[in-house]
Amino acid sequence: MSDIADRVKKIVVEHLGVDAEKVTDNANFIDDLGADSLDTVELVMAFEEEFNVEIPDDAAETIVTVGDAIKFLEKNAA
Amino acid sequence: MRRVVVTGLGMVTPLACGVEETWSRILEGKSGANKIEGFETEDLACRIACQIPTGDGSNGTFNPDQWMEPKEQRKVDPFIVYAMAAATQALNDAGWKPTSYEDQCASGVLIGSGIGGIGGIYEASQTLIERGPRRISPFFIPGRLINLAGGYVSIEHGLKGPNNAVVTACSTGSHAIGDAARLIALGDAEVMVAGGTESPINRLSIAGFAACRALSTNFNEDPTKASRPYDKDRDGFVMGEGAGVVVLEEYEHAKARGAKIYAEVIGYGLSGDAYHITSPSEDGDGAYRCMAAAIKRAGISASEIDYINAHGTSTPMGDELELKAVERIVGNAAGKLSMSSTKSAIGHLLGAAGAVEAIFSMLAMRDGIIPPTLNLDNPSVETAIDLVPHKAKRKDVNIALSNSFGFGGTNASLVFRRVS
Repeated sequence: MSDIADRVKKIVVEHLGVDAEKVTDNANFIDDLGADSLDTVELVMAFEEEFNVEIPDDAAETIVTVGDAIKFLEKNAA
Repeated sequence: MRRVVVTGLGMVTPLACGVEETWSRILEGKSGANKIEGFETEDLACRIACQIPTGDGSNGTFNPDQWMEPKEQRKVDPFIVYAMAAATQALNDAGWKPTSYEDQCASGVLIGSGIGGIGGIYEASQTLIERGPRRISPFFIPGRLINLAGGYVSIEHGLKGPNNAVVTACSTGSHAIGDAARLIALGDAEVMVAGGTESPINRLSIAGFAACRALSTNFNEDPTKASRPYDKDRDGFVMGEGAGVVVLEEYEHAKARGAKIYAEVIGYGLSGDAYHITSPSEDGDGAYRCMAAAIKRAGISASEIDYINAHGTSTPMGDELELKAVERIVGNAAGKLSMSSTKSAIGHLLGAAGAVEAIFSMLAMRDGIIPPTLNLDNPSVETAIDLVPHKAKRKDVNIALSNSFGFGGTNASLVFRRVS
């Protein structure tokens, strides 16, 4: 697992208060991890903070699973 | 109108988390005042407050994790967590867990706060200035709005009835209970979870209230002596934090399910000073009229009141004005009246004060014991009224009145009667 994946999963565990084993690549933030629409906004903010990157709203809308976030950040993070 | 009774109590105060824990400490004459911890106070005129004792939940300490999930706590200001703790305690005490759709729709919430999430607003403002708008959390607004205390409580306990919030500064808790009781009396709900909550101990609030010259500043080195209602040396109130919540219920509804009844809400009066934004009217007219309205609504004579839990904040002006208004209203019966200020022990909980003090009034009734006015060494005026200095005292209480007066000249009085 990449360093980025580890950091993404850590953020998800902290922000959504879920068990680490549930945070798989395929896990959908809303359907599988109990997030609501505000949680997903905050998660994106946390990714921006952690990876020092700006995630535009149209890109944020495509990040619906843990794997989506990892892929986006692997491509765009500095 | 239908009769309304109180069937559940809950509180978090600077003396303890929990009603019985707080009550036993208040009767022992303990003070919740201490030096402010958690932020820089060096440059503040007031460096003391009554702060909630936190811990693992044992021995009366407040453990927020027992009342709200940590991931939810992170999103809200502490006043919402305090409200959750007090409301859950009150509903457990009342044994009321609405599960059917009908019962849920007949159960509502009316919890207010004086200044709500001012601490979080202060922090988010700094974030905005230093780091820009993209760093403002989506939970910033919902976690600071005053009615979100009631919002969270309604979600947690499935309360789908009336959902409202009062914001009347230091009268909030009393107005919330009075207004909620009216909703039941008029048939809008069978059960209401009502009260007030406040988390005002932060640099911005202390600086603001100190600028109003409302806070005690002469006792920074001796915090437990600072809140001294009616005493010659009083110089302002001591900020407190916490929440008080009661379960109000229609009398027949409570009786039918065999609920324990603490008291009946027989009177509620409101008035406005129309005088000044922070000072009470000099003739005590607003205080007099709200007590008079509550007494009239209760259908009693003022001489029947056994105990008054005073607003009594320990400010130079306010205490004597209230005392004079009470003397005027009870007339010749002053000699048999007891009146104490529990703010001497827990400080001023602003929007939570009225609710917490209503609960103390009912406990005085239940146990036949009146909580003391601490630090009342030398009363600044003579009065025939017993101000219960220093020590709790035994007294049979059938009828109690609780006063709250707030900035903006907003006044509320509640009258409770024992139900036999």
